[in-house]
Amino acid sequence: MNPSSTTSRPTRTIDGLLLAGLFAVAGAVTRAIWFTPVEARQGLAQKIFYIHVPSAFIALYIAFGLLAVSSGLYLWLRDPRLDRMAESAAEVGLVYMSVVLLTGPIWGKTVWGTWWTWDARLTLTLFLWFIVLGLLLLRQSIEERTMRARYSAVLGLLAALLVPFIHLSVYLFRTLHPRPIVLKPSAPSLPGSMLTTLLISFAAFLLLFIGLVRTRYRYATSRDELLAAEGTE
Amino acid sequence: MSADLITGPTVVATEATTREEHRPIPPSLVTAAWLIARKDMVVELRTRTALLAALALSLLSIVIFNFAWDPTAVAALDLAPGLLWVIFTFSGLLGLHRAFGVEQADRAMDALLGAPIPRTAIYAGKALGNLALVLLVQLVSIPAALVVYNLEIARVILPLGGIALLAGIGLVAVGTLFGAMTTSTRASELLLPVLALPFFVPVVTAAAQATARLMGGRPVNETIGWLKLLAAYDIIFVVACAFAYTVIADE
Repeated sequence: MNPSSTTSRPTRTIDGLLLAGLFAVAGAVTRAIWFTPVEARQGLAQKIFYIHVPSAFIALYIAFGLLAVSSGLYLWLRDPRLDRMAESAAEVGLVYMSVVLLTGPIWGKTVWGTWWTWDARLTLTLFLWFIVLGLLLLRQSIEERTMRARYSAVLGLLAALLVPFIHLSVYLFRTLHPRPIVLKPSAPSLPGSMLTTLLISFAAFLLLFIGLVRTRYRYATSRDELLAAEGTE
Repeated sequence: MSADLITGPTVVATEATTREEHRPIPPSLVTAAWLIARKDMVVELRTRTALLAALALSLLSIVIFNFAWDPTAVAALDLAPGLLWVIFTFSGLLGLHRAFGVEQADRAMDALLGAPIPRTAIYAGKALGNLALVLLVQLVSIPAALVVYNLEIARVILPLGGIALLAGIGLVAVGTLFGAMTTSTRASELLLPVLALPFFVPVVTAAAQATARLMGGRPVNETIGWLKLLAAYDIIFVVACAFAYTVIADE
């Protein structure tokens, strides 16, 4: 085991960042529900937007990017810390993707009139969810630490290679998902108060993401230290 | 495991150096891959376990699907392409798991890894053997489906063979790697489909769409895009998985 990774940190039961993230999300949801105007055409269903969009962005870009980058770096540097980062990003990313896949249909039923549609974005998110789930199942079924890290890094990198192919093959079907309204070349077409709520919500979900990944990473470190101390590997 | 791998080749090497004149020349990558593929094909033809199981599954699915839809409501021409590709994917999985599974007995895998051949040759040999199996299943199932669903597609049989080959390469490239990864894990038979199926999505989508357009007599330029996608997938994943195999087989 790499000695540099076994530096003992004081073990705290509750992570400060995680707690702050939880409060921030509660605050952002409160603002979204009571202190942001109701959208004229979509009605109350539009409130889901403040949970759905930040979660989707964080899951698909930040968590998946973190997984792919730490997988690639692991194969190069073989540092166990990178493997723990990939593990944490995958697990928290899966939770965020689940939030996206659960909130989407609730909005879709109200606004589109259908729970699910085989739209390019929905399908891509669903398949990423399956891939990350597969990666976590693979990790769970390998005992030996370095082998688990190697296999998981290979799968993480291959998944990153697969994304453009799934995207291409599903994009050829008609897409129903709303076009980007904030991150687009022209100015965001969202009223000021709604944009503020969205940005607050995004910051809150990001803070929660960082808190969760940090807690998960610390758990992985303690677990590996314990296994090393017990001499089980 | 790693200790065996280290001592295995070392012993061979010391013996070989004492008898320098009889030292065998290690086979090249292509020869080694071919030897492994031939060995697997011979084993498969003698036991016929995976081949017969995959064929039986494939033919049974064709029959079952016939009763699962109302042929007076949905034309066979509309359903057959998607159906065939789903069947090939699932029957292929049976063979993919076996390629590395047979090497588990008597720890034959250790001997293979200790052999003086590049790791890529092991992957290429296993993939070739798998490809032969997948193509053989298609060779029987496609005519069978054409006969029982009464499809008149004699004029597109050659391009259809091209799609089958392109898609077969893609399925096998990824499937062989995942077969190698999952055989050394707990619950390997359960894990292979979970890992492999999301990776089969672009292949199955493209192959089924291209087949549907061919069978429907659509102009060729409508299938070109899907064929390009298949070819690009094959190139990228053959290279990536051959490299990935050297990483996962690295003890």
